[in-house]
Amino acid sequence: MKNISKIKSLFILISVLMGLAYAMPNFINFGSKNVSYSFLPGKKINLGLDLKGGSYLLLQADMKIVFEEKLEGLLSDIRYSLRKSKIGYKKLVAKSGVISFEKRGDVSNDKIRSVILGLNKNLLIESINNKFFIKFSDLDKQEITKATMTQAIEIVRRRIDETGTNEPSIQQQGADRIIVQLPGLDDPSRIKKLLGKTAKLNFQLVHPSIASDDIKRGSSAPPGYIILEEDKNPSRLYMVNKRVMVSGEMLKDASPTFDRNNSPSVSFQLSPLGGKKFGRVTGQNIGKPFAIVLDNKVVSAPVIQSQIFSSGQITGSFSVQETNDLALVLRSGALPAPMIILEERSVGPGLGNDSISAGKIASVAGLIAVMVFMIATYGILGVFANVALFCNIIFILALLSLLQATLTLPGIAGIVLTMGMAVDANVLIFERIREEYKAGREIFDAIESGFQRAISTIVDANLTTLFAALALFSFGSGPVKGFSVTLMIGILTSMFTAIVITKYLLLYYSKKRDAKNFIFQD
Amino acid sequence: MKLLRLIPSSTNIDFLSIKKFAFLFSILIISGTFISLFLNNLNYGIDFKGGILLEVRAKNVEKSNINELRQKVLTLNAGEISIQNFGKEGDFLIRIQKQDGDQKQQIAMIEKVQDLINSDYSIRRSEFVGPTVGDELKTAGIYAVSLSLLAIMVYIWFRFEWQFSIAAIIALVHDVISTIGLFSVLQLEFNLATIAAILTTAGYSINDTVVIFDRVRENLRRYKSKDHYYIYNKSINETLSRTVITSVTTLIALFIIFFFGGAVLSDFALAMIWGVLIGTFSSIFVAVSILTFFDINKGEKIEDQTNVPEYERDN
Repeated sequence: MKNISKIKSLFILISVLMGLAYAMPNFINFGSKNVSYSFLPGKKINLGLDLKGGSYLLLQADMKIVFEEKLEGLLSDIRYSLRKSKIGYKKLVAKSGVISFEKRGDVSNDKIRSVILGLNKNLLIESINNKFFIKFSDLDKQEITKATMTQAIEIVRRRIDETGTNEPSIQQQGADRIIVQLPGLDDPSRIKKLLGKTAKLNFQLVHPSIASDDIKRGSSAPPGYIILEEDKNPSRLYMVNKRVMVSGEMLKDASPTFDRNNSPSVSFQLSPLGGKKFGRVTGQNIGKPFAIVLDNKVVSAPVIQSQIFSSGQITGSFSVQETNDLALVLRSGALPAPMIILEERSVGPGLGNDSISAGKIASVAGLIAVMVFMIATYGILGVFANVALFCNIIFILALLSLLQATLTLPGIAGIVLTMGMAVDANVLIFERIREEYKAGREIFDAIESGFQRAISTIVDANLTTLFAALALFSFGSGPVKGFSVTLMIGILTSMFTAIVITKYLLLYYSKKRDAKNFIFQD
Repeated sequence: MKLLRLIPSSTNIDFLSIKKFAFLFSILIISGTFISLFLNNLNYGIDFKGGILLEVRAKNVEKSNINELRQKVLTLNAGEISIQNFGKEGDFLIRIQKQDGDQKQQIAMIEKVQDLINSDYSIRRSEFVGPTVGDELKTAGIYAVSLSLLAIMVYIWFRFEWQFSIAAIIALVHDVISTIGLFSVLQLEFNLATIAAILTTAGYSINDTVVIFDRVRENLRRYKSKDHYYIYNKSINETLSRTVITSVTTLIALFIIFFFGGAVLSDFALAMIWGVLIGTFSSIFVAVSILTFFDINKGEKIEDQTNVPEYERDN
C-alpha cells in the first residue's frame, strides 16, 4: 500500500488556507474603515454595476466633424503655401472630405505636389489636367483619431472628476469609443449633459450694423462673417466675425458667480497671453458688440464698455445649475470632438441590492441542495465530493477577489451553475472507481487506476467547455463577460478540487480502515 | 444507510434501437424551430434591436395599474411600446422602440418618460441601446457562437477521430437551434444573456458528449472483436449513471436559480434547463447515433494499449 506523501498533504493544506484567506474579506464586514486586519488580504470581490448600482455609458467621438475641421485647417495651410511659393490657383475649396483647386499659369504638377507634400507627406494627391484633389490618407486619419481620443478621454475624465463621482472608470474601446462607468450613480442625466457639450468657447466680434432683423429680411453674410443663432432664443440671429479674438484654450479658470443684477453668471480668468490679446482687441473696439460663442451658438453679445484684460464675466439668461455646469466644462477644457451616446445602462441601488440578496439565496440553496443529493447518492463518497465542492466555492471567491474580476448577476448564476457542474468531475471519478473495483481490483488500486482513467475524460470534457467560455469572454461586454469569467474560474477550480482534494480524501480514508464496505455499499 | 440509486448499477439498454424515433424527434424540434422563426421570428430585446428599456417600481403598489401606466406612456407618441409585469406586483418593464432621428432623440425620450412617471414610480433600471451597437452585438453574438463551435470541433478532431468531431458538432448545432426554437416559440426576450445561456448549454452538452465519446474510444480499443453497435450501446450504458447524476445536480442548481434568482435571471435559467435536457438527449441519441453511420477504425492504427488493463487486452 502506498503512502501519501507529507509534502502533498502540506500543499493541499496551504492551498486551502490561502483560498480561505483570500475569500474571507468577502464575509467579514469590517465595519468602520479604521479597523484593518493587516494579516488578511484586504481585497473584496469587485461587484459589477448591475449589483452595486451605477451607470454605464458608451460614447463615440464624432470623428466626421473633426476630419472636416482638420480639412479646413489644411485648406488654409495649402492656401498659404501656394501663395508663398508664388503658385497661381483658383477655385480652392474643401468639400465632402476632399480639397480641390485648379492651377493657374505654367507651373509643373510635380512642383505643386512637392509643395503640398511639404505640409504633410502622407496626404493623398490626385491630379487630372489642371485640377488637383487632396485628401487625408488612412494613416492621417488614424493619427488624428488617436490624438483626438487621447485628449477626449482626458477631458471626459476631468469633467467627471469635477462632479465628485466616486471611482469612475474611463477607458477607450476600439478606435473612437469611450466606456464610462460610474458606480453608485443611478441617474446619469447630469453627466450626460456635461458630456453632451463640446464647450468650445470663442469671443468673436459682431458686425456693428447688421442686426437680427436685417438678417431675417435676407441680408447675406459679408465676406469673413457668419450667421449664428442665440443659444436660448434661436430666432435671434447674429452676424458674427469669423475671426476669433480669444478662444477657450486661453482660459485659465472659470467659476460660477452673480453679476451686478444678481443673476447667475460665470466669471473667467484668461492666461497672460490671452489677456494681452483680449486687451488689444477690446481696446480697439470700445462701443462695439462682441459675441460670446459656445459650441457655435451665441450665449450673449454685450457691448464692450472698456478695455478688458485678463478677467471678465459671461452673462446670459442662466440658472444657477447652468452656471455651475458651464464653469465646470470651461475649466475642464473643450472636447476635441462631439460625443455621441451609443449605449446607456443604469441600475438603481434598490435593484442591485435585491439582485445581491436573490443571488445569495440562490447560491446557498443551490449549495445545500446539491450537497444533500450527493450524500444521498454516494454516502461517504458524497461527503468527500461535498468537501471538494465547498473548497471549490472558496477557491472561486478567492480567485475572484485576487484577480479583482467583476462579479455580475449572471456571474452569480455562473457560480450556482458551477456547483451543479463541479460535482461532475467527482461523479466521473466515483463511477470509474466503482467499475475498476467491480473488475476485480484491490480497493487502493481501484482508486489509483480509476483516477488515472477518469482524469483524461475530465480534462477533455472541461477543456471543451472552456472553449465555449472563452468565446463568451471574447464576445461579451459587462455582465456577460462577468459570467464567462466566473464560469472559466469555476471550470479550472473544479478540476483542481476533484483531481487533488477528492483524491486525497479518498486515499486517506481508504488507508485508515477497511473502507470498501463504506465506499461500495449498494 | 441505503443509497439513492437513480440508475441501476449495471444497465443494458439498447439505446440505438430507438435511433429512428430519436432522429424523428430531433427533426420535429428543428423544423418546429424554423417554422416558428418563420412565423414569429425572435422577440429581440433592446440589446439587439436598439431602443429603451425601463424597469420601474410603483411607489404605491395598491394604486399601480398596468393599463393606466400604458395609457400614460402612450401619450408620448413614442411609437411601439410594450409594458409587462416583472417579478413582484407593482414592478413593470417598459420597452420603447428606437426613436426616429439621431441619438439625441433617444436620450431625450428616456428623460421624457422619466419626467412623465416620476411622481408615481421609481426607476430601478434604465437602458438605452443605439441601433449601431445593437447591430454590432448581433454580429458579435453570431461570431461568438460560430467560433466556439469551430474551436470545439477542431479540439475534438485532434483528440479523437474526425468522425467524432462531425458527430459532436451536429449534436451541438442541434442543441443551439433547439434552444433558439424555445425562445421563438415562447417568445421569450432574446438578449445578451440568452447568448450566454446558449453558449453555456453548448459547453454543457459537449462535456456530456465528450464523456461518452471518451468511453466509446476506449471500448473500441478494448473490444475489437465486437461490432460497433454493441460497443456504442455499451459505452452509453456504462456512462449512463454519470450522465444522469450530473444532469440532476445541474438541474437542481438551475431550478434554484429559476425560482430564487430573481426576475432578471429566470429566463436565463429556463433556457439553460431546456439546454441541459436537450443537450443530454443529443449526446446520447444524436451524437452517438451519427457515429453509427461511419465505419470507425477500431484502433488498428492506434497500437498503444497502455491504457487498457492487461487482462482486458485483446491478444
